[in-house]
Amino acid sequence: MNPAARRKLKSAIFVGCCMFSVLVALVPLAFILFFVVREGIQALNLDFFIRMPRPVGEPGGGMFNAIVGTLIIAGLGSLFAIPIGIMSGIYMAEYGGSRMSSTVRFAADTLNGVPSIVIGVFIYTIAVLPFRQFSALAGGLALGVMMIPIIARTTEELLLLVPGTMREGALALGATRARAVFSVVLPAALPGIVTGVVLALARIAGETAPLLFTAFGNRFFSTTLTQPIASLTVMVFTYAISPYPDWHRQAWAGALVLVSIVLVCSLLARIATRRLERMHGR
Amino acid sequence: MVENVDAREKPAASDRTLASRPAPVHTGIAPGERPVKIDVSNLSFYYGAKRALEGISIQLRANLVTALIGPSGCGKSTFLRTLNRMNDVIPGVRVDGSVRIGDRDIYGEGVDVVDLRRRIGMVFQKSNPFPKSIFDNVAYGVRLNHLASSRSELHRRIESSLRAAALWDEVKDRLNDSALALSGGQQQRLCIARALAIEPEVLLMDEPASALDPIATQRIEELIYQLKRTYTIVIVTHNMQQAARVSDVTAFFWLGRLVEADRTDAIFTNPREKLTEDYVTGRFG
Repeated sequence: MNPAARRKLKSAIFVGCCMFSVLVALVPLAFILFFVVREGIQALNLDFFIRMPRPVGEPGGGMFNAIVGTLIIAGLGSLFAIPIGIMSGIYMAEYGGSRMSSTVRFAADTLNGVPSIVIGVFIYTIAVLPFRQFSALAGGLALGVMMIPIIARTTEELLLLVPGTMREGALALGATRARAVFSVVLPAALPGIVTGVVLALARIAGETAPLLFTAFGNRFFSTTLTQPIASLTVMVFTYAISPYPDWHRQAWAGALVLVSIVLVCSLLARIATRRLERMHGR
Repeated sequence: MVENVDAREKPAASDRTLASRPAPVHTGIAPGERPVKIDVSNLSFYYGAKRALEGISIQLRANLVTALIGPSGCGKSTFLRTLNRMNDVIPGVRVDGSVRIGDRDIYGEGVDVVDLRRRIGMVFQKSNPFPKSIFDNVAYGVRLNHLASSRSELHRRIESSLRAAALWDEVKDRLNDSALALSGGQQQRLCIARALAIEPEVLLMDEPASALDPIATQRIEELIYQLKRTYTIVIVTHNMQQAARVSDVTAFFWLGRLVEADRTDAIFTNPREKLTEDYVTGRFG
């Protein structure tokens, strides 16, 4: 074999290995989607979205309370995490003197890596035990704590991508530092930050562990923030480990809805990014 | 390099006034007769321990264009940025000496940097329009400094700034379009319009045409010529032909020192310093 042919062969083998790895990486995703859709679609109907759970043995019913609950908890989490996350990101990118900001960055990365069950237990001790009451608020707090580092780091990275000349441009026109950040730098980075927030939402919408000891779950419809509240993930968990085939089917349907939420969030993030980019003429 | 050593050892041209040299007849400008707008005295500048500027003294006169020339890293941009305290944003910098604008030292106590920057406009090397509409770009500084009391006044200011920057006719029908859709030359003129909209007294330009094609460059140079009737302009340029074309006074920087500042025609035809002559004739740099 001549050298040129050998080089081509080596290259082909390498590309082949890469393609094979991609396939292996995609197989779990494909299987998850396949099973969730195949099993979930059977139990999924309009009732699932608009009806309350029925007692064991009674067929039908839905997870209306859990869907509303998930929206409420995720909303609370965002309410709490978006301002704090974005502000911390701004601090790290714009103000943090080298050591302080690298400490904060390290702390954020560590928090991001803390197992979600640990965050659940932590919130349990500070927001559930003292009041002797599981609550939607505690659930929102737990999810918020998980969102903060994701949003903070995304914000920081995107702010650092905005060219320094743009900050200087604003300063040179007589803007204060804060004004330059809020009127020029932050808007320039906004498309990316929106994506980061939506992806953080998608990530926490699927969390179960931190809700087990905080929002707890609820068989009934509730929108009271100081009471336990149902969530899709905890409901899926409870139904899946139950001995009733009827509940198993409902759990699959719940899983399908969760996966769809994540998918829709990702799509929304992409659309929002593209919209905003077009608005900025990029 | 060897023949430059003598020149380098000589003191910088700090004690000379521009008026001391008799004015050649052909320009009709006598820089020394103009009032002093910015009086820089014994200015040194440090990035941490590294000294970037050493003992700069120069008087910049009103309604003239002063060009700052010199090889890369000679401190000319740093000097420009000391005039509106733009270097303040860099951590660990230190300034000695004084820069007086009007009757105040801008490095004195109680100086409002924000107000200073409103009075000393700046145009950057790379055009930096904000990701907003053309209108909002020009309106940015006006709104920020509350310079327009009504909507119609804001519009008037924006139109006059865009006209002054020779951009109005090209953008008047699309003021709400994104500024980022403009060409490079238009973007730079937009940045000039944005700086003019807050009616500064001085306009600092840091290589404003270095990223532009020859035609766009020519438009910027024509614009500078127009603007000096109203403003005091200080321009950093790498391009000596440009310095010769647009400026009345040229200051030559080398290794953080001001080697010589004089009427532009004198610098290019009959400099006092050997070092200046070597630089302007292209022997180094």
